[in-house]
Amino acid sequence: MKYALFLGCTIPVRAQHYEMAAREVAKKIGIEFVDIKNFSCCGFPVKSTDMETSLKIAARNLAIAAVEGYTICTLCNACTSVLTEANQILNKNKELRTKIDKDLKKFDLEFQPGLEIKHFSRILYEDVGVDKIREKIVRELTPLKFSVHYGCHYLRPTELYDCFDDAESPSSVENLVAVTGATVLDYKNKLDCCGGAILGVEEDIALAMAKQKLDHITAGQVDALVTICPFCTIMYEDNQKKIESKFNATYNLPVLYYPQVLGLALGLDPKQLGFRLNKVKAKELLEKMEVVQ
Amino acid sequence: MIDSKDLDPNFKYEVAAEMGGESNITRCFSCGTCTAGCPVREIDDKYNPRKIIRMVLLGMRDRVLKSDFIWLCSSCYTCYDRCPQNVHLTDIMTALKNIAAREGYIHPAFREQNRLVSAFGRLYEVEDFDNKKREKLGLPAVKKTFKDVIELTKKNASVGESP
Repeated sequence: MKYALFLGCTIPVRAQHYEMAAREVAKKIGIEFVDIKNFSCCGFPVKSTDMETSLKIAARNLAIAAVEGYTICTLCNACTSVLTEANQILNKNKELRTKIDKDLKKFDLEFQPGLEIKHFSRILYEDVGVDKIREKIVRELTPLKFSVHYGCHYLRPTELYDCFDDAESPSSVENLVAVTGATVLDYKNKLDCCGGAILGVEEDIALAMAKQKLDHITAGQVDALVTICPFCTIMYEDNQKKIESKFNATYNLPVLYYPQVLGLALGLDPKQLGFRLNKVKAKELLEKMEVVQ
Repeated sequence: MIDSKDLDPNFKYEVAAEMGGESNITRCFSCGTCTAGCPVREIDDKYNPRKIIRMVLLGMRDRVLKSDFIWLCSSCYTCYDRCPQNVHLTDIMTALKNIAAREGYIHPAFREQNRLVSAFGRLYEVEDFDNKKREKLGLPAVKKTFKDVIELTKKNASVGESP
């Protein structure tokens, strides 16, 4: 199984532990990542102000991927959303495609229909499958309890993702966590947004959104929150201290990327999985598992 | 107070055309499913998707485009997925922000994002330090700038001068 790994902007400089864990897990599972140096920003950051430019940037990445011909594997929900949307729009709208191809031709690129884009978690769930993963588990995470935050662009809009999971009552990532032997705890308003997209617009609202989620998640006495998107993690982990002081609360909630959790169960060392880059230390969780960091 | 003289009855068509006519905005019957499920509205009622759609349908062009509230959509697509009339609310918010940006009304946060993407082809400037750190972590170096993306975003870079 070969995929073109799409890192996006945030992961290579702010969430290297996510990337490290994803690469290590992929190796263990038998997935080969092809690194394409020319993948740039996905286009999401300019979508709000200039949809056409956003489409051009996305189309550029899709055209580059098409040369190699592998399905794109994303790690960030926003990249997944913008690349998938651009792919669908350009597959349907020939007029727009011609217009965008005109710009891409300057760089000897052309949009090619038929390419697939999948988030790493979806690849693990659909292309590998929970049963295959179960066979590779060597360290059951039975003592641990986790809650999952999906992140909006992983599931919605439903039509963008071929309804691969139920956006109103999703279970795919919970199933991926449960296969490690850990307990998954549900919580109130699980599907609510982290607020990440408006952090730069109105920090007070964004932090209040994340705070509400942290309240609901920690009501369940979990060992960590499991995420699959760097933007959501920035809200729950990077901003956790800020939220604690702003709202006079204490959470001390580790936030792990799903590949870090799966990696533990696959017998990988926390060092390989980037645990020391987690801002809220998962020391207690690792002690419960009797793994030394 | 709404004065009919200030209304632009074509605004809804302008918004619909922005996205290739698939917004279904005129189907809205103001049921409020969007606002009821909106996680931003739950925190602060200055963002109210039902009200924004109503304002667009009424033709309150200026007040919508000059507002702060159009920038508050967190693009979570909850309303989009739940709307019984299949109104593509999140896309409509994007259309409104796109039109506002072209007319010079752009939130500073987005102006900065545009500047970064236009300068580097990335949302963050990658420095030698970052690639050294990556090397230490056993990760391959990443490219710092993308000339073709800088070229593609040239038009966008000029967007956002305040009126």
